[in-house]
Amino acid sequence: MTTKKHNLIDQKMQDLNDDGVDRRGFLKCMAWAGTGLVWTMSGGIPASRAFAKVYGKHAGKGGDFSFVQISDSHIGFNKPANLDVTATLQTAINKINAMPHKPDFIIHTGDLSQLSKPSEFDTLDQALKGAAAKQIYFVPGEHDMLSDNGEEYLQRYGKGTKGSGWYSFDHKGVHFVALVNVANLKAGGMGSLGHEQLEWLEGDLKGRSSSTPIVLFAHIPLWTIYPDWGWGTDDSERALSYVKRFGSVTVLNGHIHQIMQKIEGKVSFHTAMSTAFPQPAPGTAPSAGPMKVPTDQLQRVLGITDVNYLVSGSSLAIVDSPLGDSGCSASGSGRGLAVVDSLFG
Amino acid sequence: MTTKKIWIVGLATTVIIALMLLAGTPSVAANDQPSGASADVKIDNFSFGPQTLTVSVGTTVVWTNRDDIPHTVVSTDGVFKSKVRDTDEKFSYTFIKAGTYPYFCSVHPKMTGKVVVQ
Repeated sequence: MTTKKHNLIDQKMQDLNDDGVDRRGFLKCMAWAGTGLVWTMSGGIPASRAFAKVYGKHAGKGGDFSFVQISDSHIGFNKPANLDVTATLQTAINKINAMPHKPDFIIHTGDLSQLSKPSEFDTLDQALKGAAAKQIYFVPGEHDMLSDNGEEYLQRYGKGTKGSGWYSFDHKGVHFVALVNVANLKAGGMGSLGHEQLEWLEGDLKGRSSSTPIVLFAHIPLWTIYPDWGWGTDDSERALSYVKRFGSVTVLNGHIHQIMQKIEGKVSFHTAMSTAFPQPAPGTAPSAGPMKVPTDQLQRVLGITDVNYLVSGSSLAIVDSPLGDSGCSASGSGRGLAVVDSLFG
Repeated sequence: MTTKKIWIVGLATTVIIALMLLAGTPSVAANDQPSGASADVKIDNFSFGPQTLTVSVGTTVVWTNRDDIPHTVVSTDGVFKSKVRDTDEKFSYTFIKAGTYPYFCSVHPKMTGKVVVQ
């Protein structure tokens, strides 16, 4: 990264400080897990920011609405990377409930459970009952489909859905499509949507005006982040070909337990943090397993994946932002991504 | 009539086989080689090790999951399929026919392995 860009990011971070949030303090004090993203739809352009940030200022303009994405709760996980994933999910819910502007709904992008056990789903349901937003949309992660081809998941969360749990809905002029890319995975492959779902998707989008904002969400990223770790979806290309004609497309995923994003034409891709445990940046560890860090460094680790999505007008820009300057690179996750619209807007 | 006869013959055969098995149990245990051989595959860091395992016919292969994340062991050709194996849980399968058996983790399909039975 160039010094110029770095300075601009610093400037943007300084701007955040003007909101009363001390950046360094924020990075250090932010709950390392229990995070989520707030999405504000404004004229079909979704804007997001880590929701501990000063959110209220930017929401609530006429016709706008917001929703929250949480992901990878892994209820039932109890290994050193996080011995109490229920507590960190609760932290996420508390943060959602504390927001000055209530989101219209919550999207959970999969891996609700660790082992698809009924008791794990029960615990998740119990916790989510406490969320102020009552409407919650789910897609399964691979951890939710471990028994009986996802029967337990589908019984609980799949009512009215098709196939392995895909569906779509409209909200205030935005068309949302929930896709499942964790079922019937093939040896040697990555995530997979499958022919039947792709046919359905084509039909679902057909006839919709190109000016309809589209939000696709699925568990595994719909763009290839790191094939060696299976961080991508084999047949996502075909799915994306169906949304090309739309003016605003946002793709939300989980699975990789860190924020990443990419803009390609009119399509912006984002992955969310986990509410349970961090995972290493691509290729920085022998495998994608849960990242174990000393307890007192957990906040810093998540601090590293802190990303500011500041979107205004119709321009989005992406800037790689190493965060080593705050001394936060605890264990190999020494990079993050920041979107800073004002640099290019 | 015919059905009844078949049923009786079937029952008798079952009883005979059961008796043979009972009688045979000690001798199987006593003469454990080579059919009782076993071999291990470790699941570590989202990979099977060794990735290719060569064993003789009759060998029982035992997979052990050493990861913090659950995995499965699923034959690509539908020969065997484990349940979900969480940390330290095992799955075993005895190979009684020569051949090559590719398999993968159905949760993380990038994880592939192979058992060659000679």
